[in-house]
Amino acid sequence: MSQDMSDDKLPQAHGAGEGHGEVAAADNPFADPGLPPHEPRRTDIDERAAKRAERQVSLLFIVSMLATVGFIASYVAIDPAKIVYIFPLGHISALNFALGMTLGVALFCIGAGAVHWARTLMSDVELPAERHPIEADDEVRADVIQQFKTGAGESGFGRRKMIRNTLIGSMALVPLSGVVLLRDLGPLPGTSLDTTAWKEATPTTPIRLINVNTNLPMKAEDIAVGSLTFAKPGPSALRPDGLQESDEDFQQVIAKSALMLIRIQPSDIKDAKSAALGFEGVLAYSKICTHVGCPISLYEQQTHHALCPCHQSTFDLSDGARVIFGPAGHPLPQLKITTDASGYLIATQDFDLPVGPSFWERNA
Amino acid sequence: MKKLSARRRHPLAALVVLLFALVASGGLYAAFAPAEKAQADSSAQSLAIDEGKRLFAVGCSSCHGLNGQGSSMGPSLVGVGSAAVDFQVGTGRMPAQQPGAQVPRKKGIYSQAEIDQLAAFVASLGPGPVTPTQEQYTATETDAISKGGELFRTNCSQCHNFAGAGGALTQGKFAPSLENVDPKHIYEAMQTGPQNMPSFPDTTMPEKQKQEIVAFVRYQANEAPNPGGLSLGSLGPVTEGLFGWIFGLGVLIAVAIWVAAHTTKAKKS
Ligand code: FES
Repeated sequence: MSQDMSDDKLPQAHGAGEGHGEVAAADNPFADPGLPPHEPRRTDIDERAAKRAERQVSLLFIVSMLATVGFIASYVAIDPAKIVYIFPLGHISALNFALGMTLGVALFCIGAGAVHWARTLMSDVELPAERHPIEADDEVRADVIQQFKTGAGESGFGRRKMIRNTLIGSMALVPLSGVVLLRDLGPLPGTSLDTTAWKEATPTTPIRLINVNTNLPMKAEDIAVGSLTFAKPGPSALRPDGLQESDEDFQQVIAKSALMLIRIQPSDIKDAKSAALGFEGVLAYSKICTHVGCPISLYEQQTHHALCPCHQSTFDLSDGARVIFGPAGHPLPQLKITTDASGYLIATQDFDLPVGPSFWERNA
Repeated sequence: MKKLSARRRHPLAALVVLLFALVASGGLYAAFAPAEKAQADSSAQSLAIDEGKRLFAVGCSSCHGLNGQGSSMGPSLVGVGSAAVDFQVGTGRMPAQQPGAQVPRKKGIYSQAEIDQLAAFVASLGPGPVTPTQEQYTATETDAISKGGELFRTNCSQCHNFAGAGGALTQGKFAPSLENVDPKHIYEAMQTGPQNMPSFPDTTMPEKQKQEIVAFVRYQANEAPNPGGLSLGSLGPVTEGLFGWIFGLGVLIAVAIWVAAHTTKAKKS
């Protein structure tokens, strides 16, 4: 190997290798070969090439800006339900495709522009760095600061105004994509987490349980042992028509007041309080996990376990929805139900606990 | 009238009255008796029950007891109805191969005729959900698929995944994929709640809604578009993450190597 080393590769040819070259001798096979001579790039010697590279970098940054604008425009303009055919992908959502493509192009062009800039325009002179003990003395620190300044100077950041401006532009625009997506985050919740739509129910003005599938009230005998039914609040003083999917606040209301109804042989219910809250073995539990609030209704009718798909919290619905596995900190809230004169299932009060995940102000 | 009363004591009078009575009762019987078809049916039915009983004794009684009353090995079948038998045996789940968290679907060993006989026998043990007919599980309305999709997302997707690809439950149990399931079996599963699946009886989910769910599941399995391009099995973050790590990172590494391998030196270009 050392035999192949031709003389011109040896370090005396190179100024930067100074201090290493002296050791090199034909009788030392482990001599430091030093750095090869510096070869200039085309952009170093040809100002026209440099200008062209500069324009290319800026162009990439400008494409990134356009793509970000395109992202926001697609977010606003494209109908989420629109399906288009795009060759290798098949029938796909136009909105997903547009958002993915524009954000991808926006980020890629910043990266590609930066790489192109570093490779063609920033100084590529090889600089050997001696190894030193870990602690840095003042001299070195001053040196680092000096190097930083040199680096900044060599990058041409201050000199190549077009690159600087377009880079700043594209970097400033990309985060807008995220800001646009976050627009739905609303104001703080206040005390709205403590109660649900069932709070209006009182013994004198009960609220009927409405089957989510049929939109009709249910009788206790409709709920078979081993079945699973989902329910929502029916007509109340504030909502004479009951909760409708077309209501503006439907998502918010159902997110807290959603119910799952099961029926267990009364002799199989282990928790007396839970049995009392139910009606002849019909139990109404909140559908919202007390960990971080996923809808849980993976109900196993033989074991009476309900599983949360998010982090596997498991609740034993035959035992007051006690947490038997997983990160949830509270049992599922249960709604006290009974039947009215005509046999329909009704609630006469809100859940026994606040629904959903823990929050700072929670007192139960 | 006089003539008639005069012959009242004729020796044949009793015979005539008897004939009248016979004709009348025969006519009444013909008018009100159940149709002959029903008679034939019930005899075929009892034949099927007998056949089913024989099949049951061979294939099922070791776990469910000679009369389907159940044992420590298997639950009682009184009142499960023919739909449950048609589902369990039709999907090959029963007879079970081995005890475990869940009996998986496998290739069936009974013909449909034998399944019907078994179902007839089990149905004779006690009233329960009846095997649905084709009209019961075939939706005809044009908006059935979209309505079914809504119902599916409310009632089924939590276990069977948004695209019916199936999912995990607790302690080794799982919700199976719905992709190649016979429409009849989907309907029966909702009716009867096999194994740990809750049931969705007609009282809380009417027949028409079950039809719509069946229509949606079939559409989802056969012809639904993929909003995101590649579906990657519609399994969610697991396959998507794997794809991202392998192909996404792979491409990035390849690009990095390519960038590093190409020099911008004037000599070469
Ligand atoms: S949200 Fe249910 S376990 Fe985390």
